[in-house]
Amino acid sequence: MKEFYTPGKSPVHEIDARVKLTFTLAFIIFLSLTPSGAWPAYILFLTLALSIALLSRVSIGLIQKRALLALPFALATLPLIFTGPPPRVDLPFFQTLGIAYSPEGLVRFVSITLKSWISLQAALLLSATTHISDLLTTFQQLRIPKLFVAIIGLMWRYLFLISDEVTRMLRARSSRSAIVPGSRGGGNVFWRAKVTGGMAGSIFLRSIERSDRVYSAMLSRGYTGVLPASESQPIAKNDRGYLILGLFLLMLLWALGLLTGG
Amino acid sequence: MEAIIKIDKLSFNYPNGHPALNEVSLGVNPGEKIALVGENGAGKSTLLLHLNGIFQGSGQVLINGLEISKNNLGQIRAWVGLVFQNPDDQLFSPTVYEDVAYGPIYQGLDKLTVREKVDQALAAVHMSAYVDRDSYHLSNGEKKRIAIATVLSMQPQILALDEPTAGLDPRARRELIELLEELPQTMLIATHDLALVEQLAPRTVLMNRGRIIADGPTDSILADQVLLETYGLS
Repeated sequence: MKEFYTPGKSPVHEIDARVKLTFTLAFIIFLSLTPSGAWPAYILFLTLALSIALLSRVSIGLIQKRALLALPFALATLPLIFTGPPPRVDLPFFQTLGIAYSPEGLVRFVSITLKSWISLQAALLLSATTHISDLLTTFQQLRIPKLFVAIIGLMWRYLFLISDEVTRMLRARSSRSAIVPGSRGGGNVFWRAKVTGGMAGSIFLRSIERSDRVYSAMLSRGYTGVLPASESQPIAKNDRGYLILGLFLLMLLWALGLLTGG
Repeated sequence: MEAIIKIDKLSFNYPNGHPALNEVSLGVNPGEKIALVGENGAGKSTLLLHLNGIFQGSGQVLINGLEISKNNLGQIRAWVGLVFQNPDDQLFSPTVYEDVAYGPIYQGLDKLTVREKVDQALAAVHMSAYVDRDSYHLSNGEKKRIAIATVLSMQPQILALDEPTAGLDPRARRELIELLEELPQTMLIATHDLALVEQLAPRTVLMNRGRIIADGPTDSILADQVLLETYGLS
């Protein structure tokens, strides 16, 4: 697994992590507060995200692709199309079926999908331009409970180890997945699913055991449940300027959304 | 005698651009047991992963005269059994039987034949009594043997072993070496265990930074103290 952080010297990379985190959170909050159907505002939010991506010289294609991860979650709002507020209209092309849908619900569904897609892009941009250790320090400085910060830090640290483990296991499996020419093989779907389930179970057990070992190792080095606090330096003047400018811009976009949205 | 493994000028870079193998050439005769030694990061494991096409570098790897390509991976993997360093990676099924049966079932064999192959493989590693145990709660030495059985059940001609004795207690280690001595397959063994090398492998290949530094009779390589010290083996 590759780390998403892309080292670079762009202006976006240089900005204080606290500024970036605050801006990203504000971006997501303002975007979600924008009413549904405010298409012009969505386009501007997207443009803002894309401009920052351009400025930071991160691969835009990669960010857009990863942001599609939001889609499965947007599916949860799919029923809105049929259960949204009246009036209900018969589905075009399928009038004979007599299924009614709510145009208002459809607008909401599309809006939510777009909003989550754009929000995820903002979050991805943050993680692509900010090193995880800076992010963790920032979480602490923003008074996010230390336990959460510790959990996020450890998760990040061991995610890579576990994904390495999965890679090795998959390698071991494909090493034994041999079909001699002229014979049919590969096993049936149920058997394969069972094998995959076994692999998942074994990764799970090993992760739990590892967490026990890691915890004992932490305790034996004097861990008391709190990671050492980091020193904080005041945010540079320039960076403060960026933050205020950014927040102001976001408010403008939000106000535009209020005016254009339903 | 025709070589069972023939590697010609094999080079491989990791995705991050770090070179792992640099023009490695090696010929192995059927039935030979060869030790692959060298410090960590020398490229031993990477070389083993090329033998069954998990990695495909530039250059040529021939197994039984067949060049490894996307289309014949099935055949190649039936010939080359790879035993990974960490048996936990290799044992992914709930029970020993299911683990050892994975290869044969994947090959599409019928139930009776699968059972037969599993029994043979477990007998070969002296673990027949473990057939219904669950893979997870075995000792390291037992896991290692089962891991070897999981590839033996596919009746490979070549065994490629990565650090087979790492993490074993002295008795488990001795028993494993004895087992490897018994098995008739052609073997390529990547290891740091020089006593194993001396006992098991008449021929030794020494690697460093992705290159083969020395390739010859084990006696003369292990006797060369300067060579061993230079390449971090003593």
